[in-house]
Amino acid sequence: MEHAVHDRGGWPTDERIDRSEHELADWELLTDAIVGALGESGTMNVDELRRGIESMPPAEYERASYYERWLFSVETVLTEKGVLAHGEVDRRLAG
Amino acid sequence: MRYRVGQQVRVAPRPHDGHHRTPGYIKGKIGRVERSHASFTNPETRAYGSDGLPEQPLYLVVFAYGDVWREDAGHASDRIYVDVFEHWLEETA
Repeated sequence: MEHAVHDRGGWPTDERIDRSEHELADWELLTDAIVGALGESGTMNVDELRRGIESMPPAEYERASYYERWLFSVETVLTEKGVLAHGEVDRRLAG
Repeated sequence: MRYRVGQQVRVAPRPHDGHHRTPGYIKGKIGRVERSHASFTNPETRAYGSDGLPEQPLYLVVFAYGDVWREDAGHASDRIYVDVFEHWLEETA
């Protein structure tokens, strides 16, 4: 059976699992807070968060860190819902 | 709740393109109902903006290690516990 990129259990690998922890950066804490606030306000739920992560192109998913995946999903889902305009985040970052 | 504690069940082997919480490695595997949790809103529809109703019964299903993974020395008595929604379970004859 073909597994989606996030459905990892049982994938063959010789790599050791990286169990190291890192100090969270400010943007990671903020991302966690944004997702919490979106949930509390009923704007976006955890299942939408997961579905958005699962919709990442596989190569991008592999490259992204944990909270980068959250950010990708927040931007995807909020754009779908019309909370964000297409390209709005990129425009603000450029400006 | 359609299944009772102790009952043998198979996880449906069907593919599913959308969001779902049934991991691929237990699809098609046979386990046993360990516990009936309760009913919960359905993540498969909630993931697309719905309210997730009607609620779906959720079970804790237990699998023997060797029924899921290749048997390695030292794991014979290990068990794998997974929460599975009722609509992903089938009766085993």
